[in-house]
Amino acid sequence: MSISDVTLPAPAAHAHEHDTDSGSYLTASRGILSWLFTLDHKRIGIMYLVAILFSFFLGGIFALLIRTELLTPGPTIMEADTYNRVFTLHGAIMIFLFIIPGIPAAIGNFILPIMIGAKDVAFPRLNLCSFYLWVIGAGFAVYSLMTGGVDTGWTFYTPYSTQTDTSVISVTTGAFILGFSSIFTGMNFIVTIHKLRPAAMGWFKMPLLLWALYATAVIQILATPVLGITLILLIVERVMQIGIFDPALGGDPVLFQHFFWFYSHPAVYIMILPAMGVISELISVFSRKHIFGYKFIAYSSIAIALLGFLVWGHHMFTAGPSALANMIFSCLTFSVSIPSAIKVFNWLATMYKGSISLETPMIYALAFIILFAIGGLTGLFLGALATDIHLHDTYFIVAHFHYVMMGGTTIAFLAGLHYWWPKMTGKMYSEFWGRIAAGFIFVGFNVTFFTQFVLGSHGMPRRYFNYIEEFTFLHQLSTVGSYIMTVGLVICAGTLVHSLFRGRKAAANPWGGATLEWYTSSPPPLENFLKDPPIRDPYDFEGMEYNSETDEYYWPSGDAGEEQTATAH
Amino acid sequence: MNWTPGLLNTLCSAIVAQKDKTFWMPPQASTTATDVDTLFYFIYGLSVFFFVLIVGAMFYFIFKYRRRAGVQAEKTASHSLALELTWTIIPLILVLVIFYMGFTGYMNMSTPPLNALEIKVIGQRWKWLFEYPGGYIDESLHVPVDRPVKLVMRSSDVIHSMYIPAFRLKKDVIPGRYTYAWFEATEPTPPGQEHIIFCAEYCGTSHSDMLSLCYVHEPGGFEKWLREASDFLSRMPPAEAGAKLFKVNACAQCHSIDGTAGKGPTLKDAFGKEETMADGSTVRVDENYIVESIKDPKAKVVAGYQPIMPTYQGRIKDSEIDAIIQYIKQLSGIEPRLEPFDSEKASEDENGDN
Repeated sequence: MSISDVTLPAPAAHAHEHDTDSGSYLTASRGILSWLFTLDHKRIGIMYLVAILFSFFLGGIFALLIRTELLTPGPTIMEADTYNRVFTLHGAIMIFLFIIPGIPAAIGNFILPIMIGAKDVAFPRLNLCSFYLWVIGAGFAVYSLMTGGVDTGWTFYTPYSTQTDTSVISVTTGAFILGFSSIFTGMNFIVTIHKLRPAAMGWFKMPLLLWALYATAVIQILATPVLGITLILLIVERVMQIGIFDPALGGDPVLFQHFFWFYSHPAVYIMILPAMGVISELISVFSRKHIFGYKFIAYSSIAIALLGFLVWGHHMFTAGPSALANMIFSCLTFSVSIPSAIKVFNWLATMYKGSISLETPMIYALAFIILFAIGGLTGLFLGALATDIHLHDTYFIVAHFHYVMMGGTTIAFLAGLHYWWPKMTGKMYSEFWGRIAAGFIFVGFNVTFFTQFVLGSHGMPRRYFNYIEEFTFLHQLSTVGSYIMTVGLVICAGTLVHSLFRGRKAAANPWGGATLEWYTSSPPPLENFLKDPPIRDPYDFEGMEYNSETDEYYWPSGDAGEEQTATAH
Repeated sequence: MNWTPGLLNTLCSAIVAQKDKTFWMPPQASTTATDVDTLFYFIYGLSVFFFVLIVGAMFYFIFKYRRRAGVQAEKTASHSLALELTWTIIPLILVLVIFYMGFTGYMNMSTPPLNALEIKVIGQRWKWLFEYPGGYIDESLHVPVDRPVKLVMRSSDVIHSMYIPAFRLKKDVIPGRYTYAWFEATEPTPPGQEHIIFCAEYCGTSHSDMLSLCYVHEPGGFEKWLREASDFLSRMPPAEAGAKLFKVNACAQCHSIDGTAGKGPTLKDAFGKEETMADGSTVRVDENYIVESIKDPKAKVVAGYQPIMPTYQGRIKDSEIDAIIQYIKQLSGIEPRLEPFDSEKASEDENGDN
């Protein structure tokens, strides 16, 4: 692959400057401006992380308002119009501000260049620009919140969204800008993986997270522009009264759904693919076993990215397309389930005859497998036409996508956050409280959302402020679950924040990882490596030893085996 | 209707041949409900099997291969084409079976029989209206048992979705086009156990109150009901008939009956009132003004309101306008009631709709 023959941006040349300097990227320069104008991918990643966690907090508050309101039929703590705004904001904030940028922009930004032994992404300024676009886009969302809210649901379905008099325009403008942030990140990652990878690291020597981030970036670049176009058309219709989606002006409301899902279904894979990448890393490291079926996991990421473009119609089975179109979309939908199943089976095979330890990141990773299995299997009910007709737009769907988006992506995000936390901050958190938090979140999550499968299959429609008496008990159970989950998340946040101040100092390789980020100090120096890391199989743990005094894994010297250094090409 | 492979059908029908509500499903009340449930339980069985397999293996491995001091992970093969093909091809075959069952079932559900009874459905924020053969409009869905019914649906504002869980029926109701759905109810509904109808596509403030009921009549009962219901003008006191017309013609969307402001003037105490028009002139609200406002609403618009009311010319009979006038008079408290009439109940009905 000649494209990867480009030299690494010479960490060796600069490394000497830092040889006597043990300072990390956190202490390399000081002051608020050194953060706001930083071009360091690690600092940008941390800023993304803070911003994204704040969004998660905000979206979580709205989630709790929703669940509390649904404790009783009719008004409990708010009126119908308020409720409609709250669930819209919950969805829009969680999707556009948290889940889509979550793993790629925060964790990916931090870890991707280090994983390939580079000192930064290919376009550091574009990277900073993408962060500020995110901030501006998020600002529009907050603005619309202040000016009365939007009550269309996060899907902005026409003609409702072109007729309602809430601030749809500012929210869609926000989503439009956020789209560019996402596109820039994707472009940056693709170029970085192509051009900054050391020659010794062939495509199949890359950690699987990079395959996942690469596949994600492809979707970000190809699908996000369609969302941008759609939102622009929506604004054009509202402002200029040109009939595109609104039948009163001669438009077609279902056209909007096609446009919207042409982006938003691939976006589901923008959300889940990086999560799968994180899990592939963690299962291998904590099982101390070579990942099973590397190529199948890698190719399945690409397969999901491509097939994901062909299934958008399954969101519209009840919207009246022809039976032929429904048949094709249903059939294609099932094709996407296969690569996901392949990944799950390969993760299990990786654990076989391993040496499995249950540190906090692994607890989250295992929780991911259970929850993602439920999320994936319940997708079968929705891909099949006859059952989807009954289950569409009910709580069954709500439960299904929360199992995939929250049980999948968010749990994987937490797994990755706990896994790379020592690398990011240089601090170890309390294992005990980390596991307790994971337990609360897992139990609370299932109480909240498994209940909703039963609600949905009995016919409880989604986005309902009021509901019939029959559903009261299950709604209350679900709400109790959300409170349990909240306790878990609060403990989780407390544990991590506590570690910043009181945490033990982290060693370079506390978990026994073999990917390149574990070859540099925790936290890494400004340019990531003081000396070139060895390029070797990222999943070969043989010969790795544990030093119980420093709580650190290391390779005994001389066991360099087939190692090649990054610049030796 | 026999669209599942024979063996599967036999296996599943044992589980699904129950009409009552189960842990997972609402009661089955249409001919296609059993088909949907058969597929549901087939997928459910597969899902439980694979879930137990995956999670069982996971917990077994966690326990069996837990990390122990001095014990290294055993080196095993890190790839196996045979295994990969196994867990690619078996799930692939299974999902194709699911796809096939789902598709054939869907074809049955979306192809109405030719002899179906046709009922028009109008979805509007936030109520359902059902128009029966002969033109009678009601807020509830009444159907005969054991006869296919085809719903021809349109929306007069935003997208709604007709959802009757007991029939496993759902179809979006879209402005600017007709959509269709059909079902055949299998059991008459005892009083108080009518099937609930939801709106399943979010449509704004009172989306969750856009409910209705489906009454399934015994053989012969539907025709009898329709005959009596259509004849409500001669059966009911005029004001009560007017109240009904007020509802089914969606007047209440803009005109309140309790004095609250709306898109149009309230009708409480409206009769006999002196109103100022947009052009500055004044008009006393009497029978002639009401008739004119219904047939040509833009002729004299009360000051402060937009001329947005559609004309009802040709959509409403004079006898019906008479009833509406009686109703407006009653709301203004000026008509002595000659017939016994439970006004409390009537006003309750109105409030329930707001």
